[in-house]
Amino acid sequence: MTKKKLVIIGNGMAPGRMLEDLFDLAPDAYDVTIFNAEPRVNYNRLMLSPVLSGEKTYQDIITHDDDWYAEHDVTLHKAAMVRDIDRNAKVVRSETGIEASYDKLLIATGSDPIVIPLPGHDLEGVVTYRDLDDVELMLSAAKTKNRAVVIGGGLLGLEAAAGLKEQGMAVTVLHLAPTLMERQLDEAAGHLLERAFEDRDIKVLTKANTHEIIGKDGKVAAVKLDDGTELEADLVCMAVGIRPSTHLAAEAGLDCGRGILVDDLMQTNDPDILALGECVEHRGLCYGLVAPLYEMATVIAKNLAGDSASYSGSVTATKLKVTGVDLYSAGDFAEAADREEIVLRDATGGVYKRLVLKDNKIIGAVLYGETSDGPWFFDLLKKQTDISEMRETLIFGQAYQGSEPLDPMAAVAALPGDAEICGCNGVCKSKITDAITDKGLTNLDEVRAHTKASSSCGTCTGLVEQLMSLTLGDAYNPNAITPMCGCTDLGHSDVRRLIKAKGLKSIPEVMQALEWRTGSGCAKCRPALNYYLVCDWPDEYADDYQSRFINERVHANIQKDGTYSIVPRMWGGQTSSKELRAIADAVDKFNIPTVKVTGGQRIDMLGIKKEDLPAVWADLGKAGFVSGHAYAKGLRTVKTCVGTDWCRFGTQDSTGLGVRIEKFMWGSWTPAKVKMAVSGCPRNCAEATCKDVGVICVDSGFELHFAGAAGLDIKGTEILGHVKTEDEALEHIVAVVQMYREQGHYLERIYKWAKRIGYDEVRRQIMDDAEKRKAYYDRFVFSQKFAQIDPWDERVSGKDKHEFQPMATLSLEAAE
Amino acid sequence: MNAVTGTWIKVGELADIPKQGARCIDAGELTIAIFRGANDEVFALEDKCPHKNGPLSQGIVHDGCVTCPLHNWVISLATGEAQGADEGATRSFDVKIDNGAVLLNANGLS
Ligand code: SRM
Ligand SMILES: Cc1cc2nc3c(=O)[nH]c(=O)nc-3n(C[C@H](O)[C@H](O)[C@H](O)COP(=O)(O)OP(=O)(O)OC[C@H]3O[C@@H](n4cnc5c(N)ncnc54)[C@H](O)[C@@H]3O)c2cc1C
Ligand code: SF4
Ligand code: FES
Repeated sequence: MTKKKLVIIGNGMAPGRMLEDLFDLAPDAYDVTIFNAEPRVNYNRLMLSPVLSGEKTYQDIITHDDDWYAEHDVTLHKAAMVRDIDRNAKVVRSETGIEASYDKLLIATGSDPIVIPLPGHDLEGVVTYRDLDDVELMLSAAKTKNRAVVIGGGLLGLEAAAGLKEQGMAVTVLHLAPTLMERQLDEAAGHLLERAFEDRDIKVLTKANTHEIIGKDGKVAAVKLDDGTELEADLVCMAVGIRPSTHLAAEAGLDCGRGILVDDLMQTNDPDILALGECVEHRGLCYGLVAPLYEMATVIAKNLAGDSASYSGSVTATKLKVTGVDLYSAGDFAEAADREEIVLRDATGGVYKRLVLKDNKIIGAVLYGETSDGPWFFDLLKKQTDISEMRETLIFGQAYQGSEPLDPMAAVAALPGDAEICGCNGVCKSKITDAITDKGLTNLDEVRAHTKASSSCGTCTGLVEQLMSLTLGDAYNPNAITPMCGCTDLGHSDVRRLIKAKGLKSIPEVMQALEWRTGSGCAKCRPALNYYLVCDWPDEYADDYQSRFINERVHANIQKDGTYSIVPRMWGGQTSSKELRAIADAVDKFNIPTVKVTGGQRIDMLGIKKEDLPAVWADLGKAGFVSGHAYAKGLRTVKTCVGTDWCRFGTQDSTGLGVRIEKFMWGSWTPAKVKMAVSGCPRNCAEATCKDVGVICVDSGFELHFAGAAGLDIKGTEILGHVKTEDEALEHIVAVVQMYREQGHYLERIYKWAKRIGYDEVRRQIMDDAEKRKAYYDRFVFSQKFAQIDPWDERVSGKDKHEFQPMATLSLEAAE
Repeated sequence: MNAVTGTWIKVGELADIPKQGARCIDAGELTIAIFRGANDEVFALEDKCPHKNGPLSQGIVHDGCVTCPLHNWVISLATGEAQGADEGATRSFDVKIDNGAVLLNANGLS
């Protein structure tokens, strides 16, 4: 049977969910092709605000990575905006010229942010808030600019304002209506919210109508209001609303109102074309929150899989994701003659709750300051429960129903099985508790993976944790230290301490003494234990190679096809004609397919067959090369600039110091990789201020830096201190690395370790306590005696020969 | 007992394989990884992870499983099946130790 072709336009949250559901129901029914205007995979748009505020990174919010598309055989065209749909030929075409024909087409183009066509709206520095590009623009602006004006005091505007504030900008929010978030909040809550923002030093101007954006040299300079007020600004974020993106559908002749019109099966007026997400209009409504979109997604997935399902609309609830502000609203809360209301105010506690009732049923709820009853009220609202019986105590929440006040845990326990816990993903209580018991889940990440609860905006995390405590009892303690892995309850710090205290000197000994639950550990704890033992007992412990990852076992980097890459050391990034010639000869002799200059100032040879490694190393060894440890949780590179040798600005011999550090420290194992750099002057051409340890040479000596990062996280270094001579620089650097070696958790980079124990503590021990510093230095020097043996040379001489050769070669005839 | 049937081929000595390690057998198109556990138990799997064909022989061996070197799937040495939330299986072969020699059952090979 040939598969039907499903083409999807737009790769947002709604179609992402639809595909997950579809692959669960009918993994092989469709050949899926996606076109996405954004140049990336699917990510959790809700979490852009935590990325903007710095609480998360883009990596943290990816929903489907490239591997996911590969696993499901989905073709994803990134950065490929679809320009037209040919309904007769059943073909869509992107502006980049890619065509795809379809049996079923799903339009999921989301919404476009509204840009008010004010004078100046197209100046540099005016941004909207919709996708990762917008966030990146704002983040980079925040680095160099000071003042931001956010136009729009709705959910997005406020999240943007809070994020920009976190990034250190002075922020003003302009809002047209008299109170903030007037669509979700009543006046009283709007005022409380305004106060909460002003408490964080974010200025809020309501009834503020923007007149124009004033520019200077093509860039934003100020925002002018109708009343003549002028606010200086170097960044303007327009967050005034969204408009369903219907352009493409309308051009193709599909019926559109405010959104693309769909029936209860989510079909447009062309039966082969479905629409999903924020771009649709269903029964007169367009939605701007994910929960209803996910419901639509499930309906579509079921229908595509051959079941039948229909969508009949949703009721939505909103939460604001600004750390420290608790806000929940649902339903309709306008005042009207036939409505009654119940209000609770607790001024000192900053709590405000209002329920709007009609015919003894809840039709709207606004909670501010204390929102834990939100899901319960929302449940009563959705089910249209008659509340006359509990009217007197209703506003106090679920805990006060029945005879005695309940504690919060009991309140969660009392929720019915079908009560919604995670609004974003529509996950109810019983689904979570069932998954915990049936699948034996024990931590939050597992619950997220299996149920999706708490995996979108995260505001229900507390509730989910309460459910876990209820279901698991004492077995669940969210505050407990994270164990190293499933083999033990001990955390890394405890294990390190006990290894020293009990004098444990081998992996089996550690496992025995610390009561490991497994016979021989796992791939998480074994490498960690091996490192701790190597570090703590350099002279006594025999390194257990079977507990090292393959790269560290064979001293090369495994590649996706099972071949290896090798990177020899080029001290401080310097090389010579002799070295380059040796590399060239090896490349020719062993047919090495790729030679590449790395980001670490040296040369990588990729695609070498495992059997050839010892021979390649033998040839390189003759030219004086040793392993560059490009695979190691150990010292990687020391980048340098040319310094006083050549540069007209150089203040010290940065190349010389870099080479000296690398020669002194190579071969040492560390909790995670260590990268260093030495720059000859503050122009910093060696990028020393984003390294684990960096040096900036200055006229008066050396400025020492530590705890930078430029990988998964980007973080500028902290200053360790200033020293006058090269010898002092080396001693301090070695000492700080040894301190990290002794205290770091396995796989924890210096910046994470330093943050955990405190930058000041590091400075105190390394800069201020000469005795401590000297002791660290001496311990490092001692351990180097056992570490500075070139692993390539050892293997050329025959060590671990078995690693590089098959045990036997069989021809199939032999099997007859 | 089975040794006499002729379907068991000697592929090496137990001592050739490091404890908690693996060695490969080249069988034409097929590469078979022979694993040795902490207590000298042996297993044979095709050297291909069910995820993306990662060479399982290069992984870390622990408690009846091997963790793939490429993306950390955990594969049962006895059955070849992926553990935990991952799904998939790799071919497994019969292997045994006889007097220190590692014998592979050739029946499954073709
Ligand atoms: C070869 C190289 C890319 C290149 O072609 O330039 C490279 C290649 C790899 N990097 Fe890198 N990184 C290379 C420079 C960098 C740099 C830039 C630098 O060192 O100046 C960074 C950012 C700086 C930093 O580390 O803060 C970098 C940040 C990473 C990270 C993120 C680490 C983090 O803690 O955030 C990983 C992932 C990891 O280690 O878990 C990574 C992992 C890898 C791995 C080992 C991925 C893997 O596990 O297979 C790649 C191995 C390829 C191979 O087999 O050779 N690579 N990698 C560079 C080798 C430098 C060298 O000479 O040793
Ligand atoms: C900062 C922020 C915070 C939010 N917070 C919340 C929250 O807390 N709770 C909540 O429920 N909702 C929240 N939302 C709203 C929620 O993110 C959206 O409702 C949801 O992402 C919409 O999903 P979608 O799939 O319909 O569209 P989108 O996720 O917008 O995806 C549409 C995709 O289609 C692409 N596209 C458009 N046209 C084309 C074309 N012609 N060809 C190819 N590709 C195209 C776009 O580039 C885009 O990537 C938030 C939104 C933002 C921006
Ligand atoms: S070399 Fe580094 S950046 Fe490039 S793909 Fe590999 S890990 Fe990613
Ligand atoms: S190939 Fe084995 S885990 Fe990916």
